[in-house]
Amino acid sequence: MSARGRLGLFLVGAAAFAALFTAACFGLPSFGAEHHPYGERAVRAALGHHTANAIASVNFDLRAFDTLGEESILFAAVLGAVVLLRQTADERRTPPAPAAVHPPVRRFALLTLPVALLIGLYVIAHGQISPGGGFQGGVVAATALHLLYLAADYRALERIRPLALYEIGEAAGEFAYVVTGFAAVLAGSAFLANVLPLGTFATLSSGGTVIVLNAAVGVEVASGVVVLLARFLDQAVEIVLPDDGAGGGRDPGDDNSDDNSDGTDDGTDEEEPT
Amino acid sequence: MTVLPYPVAGWIFLIGVYGLVTSRNLIHAVGCLAVTQSSTYVLLLAVGYRRHATAPVYADAPTGSRVVDPVVQALALTDIVVGATVTALLLALVVQLRKRHGTVDPDALSELKG
Repeated sequence: MSARGRLGLFLVGAAAFAALFTAACFGLPSFGAEHHPYGERAVRAALGHHTANAIASVNFDLRAFDTLGEESILFAAVLGAVVLLRQTADERRTPPAPAAVHPPVRRFALLTLPVALLIGLYVIAHGQISPGGGFQGGVVAATALHLLYLAADYRALERIRPLALYEIGEAAGEFAYVVTGFAAVLAGSAFLANVLPLGTFATLSSGGTVIVLNAAVGVEVASGVVVLLARFLDQAVEIVLPDDGAGGGRDPGDDNSDDNSDGTDDGTDEEEPT
Repeated sequence: MTVLPYPVAGWIFLIGVYGLVTSRNLIHAVGCLAVTQSSTYVLLLAVGYRRHATAPVYADAPTGSRVVDPVVQALALTDIVVGATVTALLLALVVQLRKRHGTVDPDALSELKG
């Protein structure tokens, strides 16, 4: 289909969507309204299970089975990216040369690294009490490690990042979640039911299985993000094609360069074979 | 007007789809998909908002205080992380496409290649 035809079809569809969606908006409860039946019940359930953070309670207690599905999507997506970004037979690795780092950048990154790592672990550990949890803290902890890439160079990052270990860590996070679910079954309850002692409200040990599931998700997200970033960095830094540009040697077609007015042309310059 | 945040979500959705439709660069298209997806966050959080309410975290708020809906917040939270990894998967696909076909223009990818 031509670009013009596609745009026309989009405009028809968008107009229909806009009309239906606007009509639906007027059928929704008005913004900021009082009545939230699910929210009120979720808050009651969270307080009943001594979990101060109602969002963590929804994720890891009420909707724990759903979170297992979401975690599995995450696991599968990371696995897929790892498979896609493997080094193929016609590619080779070149060790990257260390580049000069500005002393202020180096100092700042080295100073922030332990702080950021600690904050990440704190956010994971306190997921049942304060805002945060495994999903958010995992990302913070994983990206904190990469401050070393800013401070030193890629070799230094690779040294503190044994990839095989993080790949195992990702699988272990997923495994721990499922095992916790089956442990509840063995304890005579439903899959992923909260069977652990609930502890004192708003302390580190409150919430029962929320802590365990939170930690499992934290380990999985942190490891998964480290693995993902490692694969993308490998592509950018280490892996080179035998003669770079051989894959890009074909002419992408003459309709590639005209009417390129939608702001996408900033990335296309480097696609040209030179 | 008390329904305004909902059409904002719809507008973000349409902007994202417009970008997808007109995209000439797959990296740009993946970015547009992320924008489209972010409209769901706006919609969810708008649905869950309650006036003069605080975050649904009772660590230092009294247990009787008014809070916003925690269910939609939990939905948005997992959506963000899962969306980020799926975006990464799509970008990995684009990297492979660029290597194997030498282009990131979706219109140039008409041929089959073994």
